[in-house]
Amino acid sequence: MSLLRVEGLKVSYGGIRAVKGIDFYVGRGEMVALIGANGAGKTTTLKAICGLLRPVAGTVTYEGRPITGAPSYGLVEQGLALVPEGRGVFARLTVAENLLMGAYLRKDRAAVALDLEHVYGLLPRLRERRRQLAGTLSGGEQQMLAIGRALMSRPRLLLLDEPSMGLAPLLVKKIFETVSGILRQGVTVLLVEQNARLALEASSRAYVMEGGLITLQGASADLLSSEQVRTAYLGE
Amino acid sequence: MSLPEALRRRPWVGWVLCAVALALLPFLVEAGLGRTWVRILDFALLYLMLALGLNIVVGFAGLLDLGYIAFYAVGAYLWALLASPQFDLHLPFWLLLPLGALVAGVFGLLLGAPTLRLRGDYLAIVTLGFGEIIRIFLNNLGAPINITNGPQGIAGIDPLRLGDWSFGRTQHLLGVALPATHLHYYGFLVLALGTMFVCIRLQDSRIGRAWAAIREDEVAAQASGINTRNVKLLAFSLGASFGGVAGGLFASLQGFVSPESFSLLESVSVLCMVVLGGMGHVAGVVLGALMLSILPEALRHVAGPLQQKLFGQVLVDPESLRLLLFGLSLVLVMLVRPEGLWPSPLRRPEKQSDEATAAD
Repeated sequence: MSLLRVEGLKVSYGGIRAVKGIDFYVGRGEMVALIGANGAGKTTTLKAICGLLRPVAGTVTYEGRPITGAPSYGLVEQGLALVPEGRGVFARLTVAENLLMGAYLRKDRAAVALDLEHVYGLLPRLRERRRQLAGTLSGGEQQMLAIGRALMSRPRLLLLDEPSMGLAPLLVKKIFETVSGILRQGVTVLLVEQNARLALEASSRAYVMEGGLITLQGASADLLSSEQVRTAYLGE
Repeated sequence: MSLPEALRRRPWVGWVLCAVALALLPFLVEAGLGRTWVRILDFALLYLMLALGLNIVVGFAGLLDLGYIAFYAVGAYLWALLASPQFDLHLPFWLLLPLGALVAGVFGLLLGAPTLRLRGDYLAIVTLGFGEIIRIFLNNLGAPINITNGPQGIAGIDPLRLGDWSFGRTQHLLGVALPATHLHYYGFLVLALGTMFVCIRLQDSRIGRAWAAIREDEVAAQASGINTRNVKLLAFSLGASFGGVAGGLFASLQGFVSPESFSLLESVSVLCMVVLGGMGHVAGVVLGALMLSILPEALRHVAGPLQQKLFGQVLVDPESLRLLLFGLSLVLVMLVRPEGLWPSPLRRPEKQSDEATAAD
């Protein structure tokens, strides 16, 4: 059974129909990539899944339950966490405060403290800088922090929006290694990326979005070698 | 044993000294400067409560509100209507204060609900309009059915009363004569300290952290599972209720309210106290409120006579001078200390130390 299933999803954003009816699914424990050019509707799709935007039509099913249009705070509680694009961190809160904000809805303090240690273990730079204001971190560290904060809600499905945006290639590689590590620990990942090569190399399956529709789909390895993807998205 | 050492050993000694100083303050001020100045202190305490209330909205939750004085007006008029000869109602203060908080809080919701999606400049414009609407309503509710007496305002408002104790006239306690100004000072001081306490506790609470998250990044706050709608509405209505209480006290102190006390300039003044002192930092806001409510009065008493002495005539009207210096000091503070005079120690923008200490 799939963890997340999206059927006939249509979303308008700022008066424009940004997503024009798409279907896809994410299986438990896999990493699925949603790739496409700027403005293809990827971020809008993510926002509609996690309750930040209300879809015009279609259904979103998570763990067998319909969650279409449910408010985001309820979804976080059900283990669905978004890492927003553009490294949305709380700039004038410390790193530790940022991470604890990810556990805002959790009441199990002892477990939260353990998870904090776990995140620090996964992202040691954050431990070093835990008393620093998040706004003073480098771009890569802020992205790490945003991921770490999402992990603090103990997600079963992690929605990652453009984690490579504006980062140097070396840092991007590190971020992707971290995400792979999270995947190995059993968290399902839905990745939205413009950097098609990286996304296809990291994921097992992928969907290509263009103008609000899914135009191609399949195993990432196959897409990576497909003529269409190579010319349009890999610049070959 | 020196005094600082004594303070370190027994921290309560400091608190006792502070309490004694605050208790004696009105007498010292009266002896040194005259009774007018005790009244100025009373107003300073009112502004302090107002600024702390606005700080919840602007400083904690990051929602720019330019119409905050509307809630002060709501509180003041509520007290004026329910404790004056206007409708011949004379409700007691223990009913009026919570009622003022409640009604102003509801008005806060009225402002908050339609503006949930707005931020920054857009929110500022709408709140500014809201403030003006309330004032204009009060101005025009004199006809066809007279509720507020229109621009003439409402007079003869009951003073604060504790049982038989009226704050409106001199009372005697243990042989000490306490004039109305002093009584109000003590009453307002208790409420101002209470307000400060509530604000500090709020900032450290779960709600306070949610406000900080919304202030910093609303999408990230939503993604962290914060119900941003409810948390924003709570900021608006809680901030408003503080303003409502201060407004009621203002009406009782003045004995008279009229719409012109609630102009846009008042909203801006209170906002200046918050910004100048240090947005989001309770101690900073207290400093800002005291400075901006006391210094202009000092100027008023000094500027005229000083000019008379220096130039033989008053060249610049002290009132214009006040606004001039007000603007100048704001520009200076924004240039030199953009985070305010006394920002929260943790939140200063400069690079923090990288060292990782063991304890957490």
